[in-house]
Amino acid sequence: MRIPPKYTQATAVTILGGATVLTIVILVFIIFFILEKGLPVISLNFLTSNPQEMGKAGGIFPTLIGTILLPLLAIIIATPLGVFTSVYLSEYTKETKITRVIRFGTDCLAGIPSIIFGLFGYIFFVIALGMGWSILSGGLTLAVMVLPTIIRTSEEAIRAVPKSYREVSFSLGATSWQTVKKVILPNALPGIVTGIMLSIGRSIGETAAVIFTAGSSLRIPSSLFDSTRTMAVHFYILAREGISAENAYGTAATLILAVLLVNLSAYWIMNRFISKRS
Amino acid sequence: MKLVGEKTVKGILGTIAFSAISALLLIALFILNEGLPFIFKYGVREFLFSSDWQPHLNKFGIFPMIAASLWVTLGAMIVGAPLGVAVALFLSEYVPQAVMRIIKPTIELLAAIPSVVYGFIGVMVLAPIIRNSFGGPGLSLLAGSIILGIMILPTVISISIDSILAVPQSFREGSLALGATTWQTIHMVIIKASKSGIIASIILGLGRAIGETMAVIMVAGNSVNIPTSPFNSVRTLTANIALEMSYATGLHRQALFATGVILFIVIIILNSIASVAIKKRTIKK
Amino acid sequence: MAKLKPIFLLFITVIFILLGCGKGKTAFTMAGSTAFQPFAEKLADQYMANHSNVSITVQGGGSAVGIQSANSGAAQIGMADLVILPTEAKSLTSIVVAKDGIAVVVNPKNQVNNLSTDQVRDIFNGKIANWKEVGGVDAAITVVSREAGSGTRSSFEQIITNITLKKDALIQDSNGTIRETVANDANSIGYLSHGLINDKIKPLKIDGQESSSESIIAGKYKLVRPIFLLLKDAPSGEIKNFIDYILSSEGQQTIQKNGLIPAK
Repeated sequence: MRIPPKYTQATAVTILGGATVLTIVILVFIIFFILEKGLPVISLNFLTSNPQEMGKAGGIFPTLIGTILLPLLAIIIATPLGVFTSVYLSEYTKETKITRVIRFGTDCLAGIPSIIFGLFGYIFFVIALGMGWSILSGGLTLAVMVLPTIIRTSEEAIRAVPKSYREVSFSLGATSWQTVKKVILPNALPGIVTGIMLSIGRSIGETAAVIFTAGSSLRIPSSLFDSTRTMAVHFYILAREGISAENAYGTAATLILAVLLVNLSAYWIMNRFISKRS
Repeated sequence: MKLVGEKTVKGILGTIAFSAISALLLIALFILNEGLPFIFKYGVREFLFSSDWQPHLNKFGIFPMIAASLWVTLGAMIVGAPLGVAVALFLSEYVPQAVMRIIKPTIELLAAIPSVVYGFIGVMVLAPIIRNSFGGPGLSLLAGSIILGIMILPTVISISIDSILAVPQSFREGSLALGATTWQTIHMVIIKASKSGIIASIILGLGRAIGETMAVIMVAGNSVNIPTSPFNSVRTLTANIALEMSYATGLHRQALFATGVILFIVIIILNSIASVAIKKRTIKK
Repeated sequence: MAKLKPIFLLFITVIFILLGCGKGKTAFTMAGSTAFQPFAEKLADQYMANHSNVSITVQGGGSAVGIQSANSGAAQIGMADLVILPTEAKSLTSIVVAKDGIAVVVNPKNQVNNLSTDQVRDIFNGKIANWKEVGGVDAAITVVSREAGSGTRSSFEQIITNITLKKDALIQDSNGTIRETVANDANSIGYLSHGLINDKIKPLKIDGQESSSESIIAGKYKLVRPIFLLLKDAPSGEIKNFIDYILSSEGQQTIQKNGLIPAK
């Protein structure tokens, strides 16, 4: 162990730096591997035409609809629940046993694997509530799945609103709810939106929970009780069953672009929020 | 909103606040209700420790899947944990803050890439490499471990960085003032001070690895087989559920829900450990 | 917050519009067998082209899903591809709409062209573990099978008889994934629905008989199973019309043109 510190320092920089470079190379490789083969396939026609022969030919239009509708429904359901939960936790109550239980429940929910959500959604929404494989079942399942993300990010955003804002509002005679509505939520909005964007990103890429609850029908849904197929499920089926490599890459590239877009806008909103704060 | 009194608002919000925990209880209730009766009827020991999984003969031993889940997760840890912690240390201690602010979100993007894409890369790129250099089917424990190891990187890196940055600046300054190099500071001061956060990041990564389904189905080959080498094909608990669920009826279906029960219990235990570790960190802070 | 209100209202409106649509049409769902799914899609498309008042949704899932969903009402028509239907399906009305051969397939690079039933059994049981034992190159055999509960697997095992699948066989969960796995691995062997053979894989002769439509219809090729449609009650209304269409010469021609064997 009598190696001079100078050498251990150099070794450490090499190893740690090497690990960082390796990680970034892997990331870049994955994205480029898909985009290189997939981007040439994407065209307006690919995005807006119907698949033929289960996706062997044609485009991905119905899966685009499914990919928009499912996360949208999930967000519409989970956002009010999540935001109001975090308002309650941060504004209406002190740290008690109950809030600890709620937090623990939220953390546990966040760690549950998507296949369990899929199983649950299948027996609860699809079978027990009789919704069948449908946008509704899938959206509700995804809503449960992203709820913890929305609660956590909203709570952080709400807690970041300076105490003085609340004090000013209260001193003007506002009630707690008025303070929440007029002061806290508007100021926490960018943080909440970030949470929503991250949830959308996760819903778009989800497969296991969706395939068991929303089914995999390739038709354009005409009601919320219709089954649908998201891009992630479509890609999974195309790639695994070897239906069409070309369309699989095209779908994957579209999927990755969508996910990148959603995540980058989340960071953009968050950064604007942070720079406005400081 | 004047129609609604403060008390009512508080009541409504208080009720909504239970949505997450009610969802968790509902999930637990439904999964346990479908799976637990089977486990007791079939026998806990027989179910957990028999390696005979032959649903058509009503034999449901999930030991090979438990072993596979443990091995794959361990493999993912060997790949992902040291790499992730190394990246976290490098980014937070050696790289200027401005650069880190660009690289960290970029790495977090890895978390947003759908797991099916990772699985696909595993099948197209990794499996042929393993098949050609080591023989065997290529779809293997090793392929699963590497893909999962990469998938948990963002979790490990992101949470580790947060906990490393939470170490007070004065610790670093004190160490450096005593003439220590950055590396000496890291392994004598930083790692000790941020230990619980780093451990929490690894446990959360562990949870993600054990729970991952689609990518593992694609790359691990799915044999019901207790692995004797990293090149063997294996089937994890999650893969067992997703593979056979669509074709299962009667007892077989109950056995798959029972597999879900075991998975659920493992995950809850892991999460509890992680949340205790994270709490320890915040209290210290 | 005021800005958000119109957006929220828009969402609500969109939902109601979506909920409201699709009324006035007869809609039903088919679910089950992944082997028959592509054919059901095609038949449904053709039928809907001439009957605009009908909307048919086709789901995969597998034979068990077909039986379950027909029982539970999640689908009006279940699809199953089993040699012997399980007890859960006894109360359902079953109609044979097609027959399907099961082809034993290898990678096109493989020199082996013919196997006997006994050799197939020994390979899947692990007793024959190297291709040179059956006239191929000196390489370990990678056996690829379907998951427990699969209609194709249980039919395959019932026809070959006495199969105890070797422990380290790879398991894939659909015909398509078997085809991909065999296409990617030069030393693998698997089995899949006759209708899904393409040039990425090579079907083997079994006991000297080719797995062609002709030899299946002639009764020479032995790996054949029926495809059932399952209904809770006797078919009526639009559902009956659709099933009649499948069994009509036009429907049966569609089935045959795409690789399955007609029911009669």
